[in-house]
Amino acid sequence: MYPDNKGHFMEFGGRFVPEVLMPALEELTREYYKVKEEEDFQKELTEYLQDYGGRPTPLYFARGFSEYIGGPRIYLKREDLTHTGAHKINNTLGQALLALRMGKKRVIAETGAGQHGVATATAAAKFGLECHVYMGEEDMERQALNVFRMKLLGAEVIPVSAGSKTLKDATNEAIRDWVTNVENTYYIIGSVVGPHPYPEMVRDFQSIIGVETREQVLEKEGRFPDSLVACVGGGSNALGLFYPFLEDSQVEMIGVEAAGFGLDTGLHAATLSQGRAGVLHGSMSYLLQDEFGQISPVHSISAGLDYPGVGPEHAFLQKTRRASYGSVTDEEALEAFKLISRREGIIPALESAHALAYIIKERERFKEQSLVVVNLSGRGDKDVNAVSQVLEVEK
Amino acid sequence: MRIKEKFENLKKKGEKALIPFIMAGDPDLETTERLVLEMEKRGADIIELGLPFSDPLADGPVIQQSSQRSLEKGTRTPHVFELVKRLREKTDIPLVILTYYNPVFSYGQEIFIKEAAQAGVDGLVMPDLPLEERDELEETARETGLDLICFLAPTSSRDRINKTAQRARGFIYCVSLTGVTGVREEFSPSAENLIKDIRKHTSLPLALGFGISTPRQAGKAARYADGVIVGSALMKIIDKYGENGDLLVQEVGEFVASLKKAVTGQFSDYRL
Repeated sequence: MYPDNKGHFMEFGGRFVPEVLMPALEELTREYYKVKEEEDFQKELTEYLQDYGGRPTPLYFARGFSEYIGGPRIYLKREDLTHTGAHKINNTLGQALLALRMGKKRVIAETGAGQHGVATATAAAKFGLECHVYMGEEDMERQALNVFRMKLLGAEVIPVSAGSKTLKDATNEAIRDWVTNVENTYYIIGSVVGPHPYPEMVRDFQSIIGVETREQVLEKEGRFPDSLVACVGGGSNALGLFYPFLEDSQVEMIGVEAAGFGLDTGLHAATLSQGRAGVLHGSMSYLLQDEFGQISPVHSISAGLDYPGVGPEHAFLQKTRRASYGSVTDEEALEAFKLISRREGIIPALESAHALAYIIKERERFKEQSLVVVNLSGRGDKDVNAVSQVLEVEK
Repeated sequence: MRIKEKFENLKKKGEKALIPFIMAGDPDLETTERLVLEMEKRGADIIELGLPFSDPLADGPVIQQSSQRSLEKGTRTPHVFELVKRLREKTDIPLVILTYYNPVFSYGQEIFIKEAAQAGVDGLVMPDLPLEERDELEETARETGLDLICFLAPTSSRDRINKTAQRARGFIYCVSLTGVTGVREEFSPSAENLIKDIRKHTSLPLALGFGISTPRQAGKAARYADGVIVGSALMKIIDKYGENGDLLVQEVGEFVASLKKAVTGQFSDYRL
């Protein structure tokens, strides 16, 4: 069973944080393991996920896209149809309930694309918690709509101007806040990253995606898919889809990372393809870093994938070869973004467009398969502005 | 060994250790060398040298910016080892490297420890490597005689204090407050209780750091701690005078002298 009791997935995971936080992580782990087994908590969470979060989300047969690829029947798991428009709400409802249980009145979060920030602000508004969201200045610019949404929801959005002004720096700043205010603050981490128990806890909360997919695909097709495809930044939507299928060895799992301007340009965020093992933000995993362990600048058109690390369980799944990882460039993601908009009438998030683009890029391989499920992790409204600027330049 | 001897000698004299921190390579490595020698001359007992890391999550803005400046100048692990080697030709002052775990892990942790010890480093401090993750490193460090410094914080439970006391070497880095490094108006009142609590579990020297930035605060800390660590306040001086080497060295020297004055003197019984 992974992780082990110290939060390790073989050599990955663990807890690499200042001493100040260690007691808080021990307490959080105890509390989380309690509610994980507790029927009342799980029942309450399920009710919120259904009546407030809009679950279950549909598993939708994408006829237009399937015809375009010309091989497998491709289904989209419609996480874009949840409340707030992305899978992030599955996790924030769970963690906000846990924060309430632990008597914490103040929650903090980091956000890249702003989807996790919005989902945290939403849960905080619903449960009456004070909410502060750290966001890189560059991301605030390219995801201005989400900044406004968070403010409407009553959250304070704190701009982070350090370093690359993106998700990595927002996470540093959120951790610093937590170190300072650990007595009264609950840190809602948005992905399967960070120190134990976060990678396990976020995976568990997101596993509802895979649990539903199993039932739905059996009902619609009477069998499991040949492959599951999802984008990977930190990797929570991918792990949420993959995890319930881990024991089904016939189901292939593919995570898609951001190749930015191209893997050979050095400006990308393809951590599992190009990184080395190391420690960032509290756990051991793969990292994009220089020869001496300094974290490298990364790039992706998608703010949610623009991160030099990745969840430790993905490093573990890659190492044990249970999952494989590919990448697509900004340009390929944009093409998929346009194609799905036209063929399916669905504007996907730029993050999710990476997963779709991978199928287009590897279509010859997918033609051999007959049933594929892609996690459409979020909707693209937030990206319309940024995309229109890029397309304008191209014209 | 140098760390242990230093604390023993100070104890005999009834003095407390002044431990200034500066970031290696800010404003440049040559100035760092001069600063170390000047600080020793003006009363520093142990020097903490920062090996910069791109994402220093236990540090406030002052040390973050200093790390950034040093990295932009190109400072990397081998440069800091070379700096220590040069310093060792001129001084026997105990030198402790403060960095984060990734530069150490990435270098190869065994090689890092061995090269550091060979260069003349006496101790290694990593704020993001808690007790639970340092088994391997501890073994290598012990073999080479390099002290792996442990942290304790106001939030540490009795159980953690106990475990840390058993495994700690050199001195224990006691964090005066829940927070990141940086200059603060008020000195944390919880620090005294923390030191008293830890004292029940170990005879190792206890050095207090985080948020100590003025001679007055340093003097207060020295009343119950065995050592006082001052970082951000020094880095602010370096930021201010960075371009002017001579003036910088002079200003840092003056400041260290004033800290030392506050830290030493009438406080002969550290169990006060």
